[in-house]
Amino acid sequence: MSDAFIMTIELVVNQATVAERVEPRTSVADFLRDQRMLCGTNIGCEQGVCGACTIEVDGVPTRSCITPAISCAGSAVRTIEGFDDDATMNELRAAFTAEHALQCGYCTPGMLMTARDIVTRLPNADDARVRLELSGNLCRCTGYVGIVRAIRRVLDARRARAAVPLAADAATA
Amino acid sequence: MKAAAYDYARPLACDEAIALVAPTGGMGKFVSGSQSLGPMMNLRLAQPEMLVDLRGIAALRACRTEGEAVELGACITHAEIEDGKIETGTRGLMEYVAQGIAYRAVRNRGTLGGSLAHADPAADWINTMCALNAQYLVTGPTGARVIESGEWMAGAFTTALEPDEILTGVRFTRLSPTARWSYYKFNRKPGEFAEAIAVFIDDAARGVCRAVIGAIDAPPYAIDDARGLLHDADPGTSCFDAHLEAAGIEAGSYEHEVHRVALVRAAGIIRNQNGNAS
Repeated sequence: MSDAFIMTIELVVNQATVAERVEPRTSVADFLRDQRMLCGTNIGCEQGVCGACTIEVDGVPTRSCITPAISCAGSAVRTIEGFDDDATMNELRAAFTAEHALQCGYCTPGMLMTARDIVTRLPNADDARVRLELSGNLCRCTGYVGIVRAIRRVLDARRARAAVPLAADAATA
Repeated sequence: MKAAAYDYARPLACDEAIALVAPTGGMGKFVSGSQSLGPMMNLRLAQPEMLVDLRGIAALRACRTEGEAVELGACITHAEIEDGKIETGTRGLMEYVAQGIAYRAVRNRGTLGGSLAHADPAADWINTMCALNAQYLVTGPTGARVIESGEWMAGAFTTALEPDEILTGVRFTRLSPTARWSYYKFNRKPGEFAEAIAVFIDDAARGVCRAVIGAIDAPPYAIDDARGLLHDADPGTSCFDAHLEAAGIEAGSYEHEVHRVALVRAAGIIRNQNGNAS
């Protein structure tokens, strides 16, 4: 790291406030991997196309390879590691396993980020919409059939749960 | 690849931002979402010595309507427009265009003003704003000025903006309740930059019938009076070809084919609305 422009930034990473010295040119992807040892975020194309590096910044999916860490000062960043206890993410993980939605796993953290965005933001998405929303995440080995099926499975399950009358829901709670 | 080293600041006001960039002799750049500049810097196609991040300036997110005029702040994100969080007054045109820009993760951070200042001819907003005949609101060391739609873009990735000027927003006339629009974009994969874009705005109540041929390695080609394409000309006639030729697209080329298809289909969408607003 050259010393020229180093600045100290404070941000929240997976619910913990951290202060780190960064070069402005450091992407938040490199910052997470090299300085926070959070290697679940994978780097693919480094030009915002492949989606492997997708993380959440302030609650929404963001490309971490083309977003400087310094521009996330004051923001809350959440990586795939930060979703260990997230019910929706765990449901997606189980569905990815059941539907064989991964082989090498390189695209998977980014796929899961996008998948979680789809099932929470677009509860009525059909398969065509799921594929459209997935167009920003490239998978080069598994193919998309299993991934779409996994997302479909979670969408359907969430829809079925939403359809349960409130009284019945309360009774089982 | 990784971006070359640069200095960084995130000021809270435009004059502060201008004061930071002015002394850099053109080597400083304003940035908001960095979703276009970021890739170019990673590829080292752009190597600014300083980035001044405009996202801390609340005034650049301000949107307002004044009578028939709509003003949108430059730092509004594509996702905010897509989700209908901003009143655009375009009867769904901008909301429709927004959902087709790149991918959701990019739309969450990329901004209207950033895309317009980047001025990629194949991008969506530069062509949409041309169709809306929008004015560009700019502020610089000597104060604010307004740049007319046709004066904004000088060529691919080149605007009328001086290096120490900030695009603060755009202003256009809201579409009337009976206005119709169509937007046809051709790309091989959703989210890619377009190979061809065609836009129609048919707002008879305001005496506007305008079309744009976009994604042509040059500023958008505006057809100020597109009534002939919508009402008179058969899509099979040379009327369409005359405009494509005037836009500088070589007859018989692949580009001519895709631009022609985009223009004919965009016109067809309006024709098929049978007088009903979209």
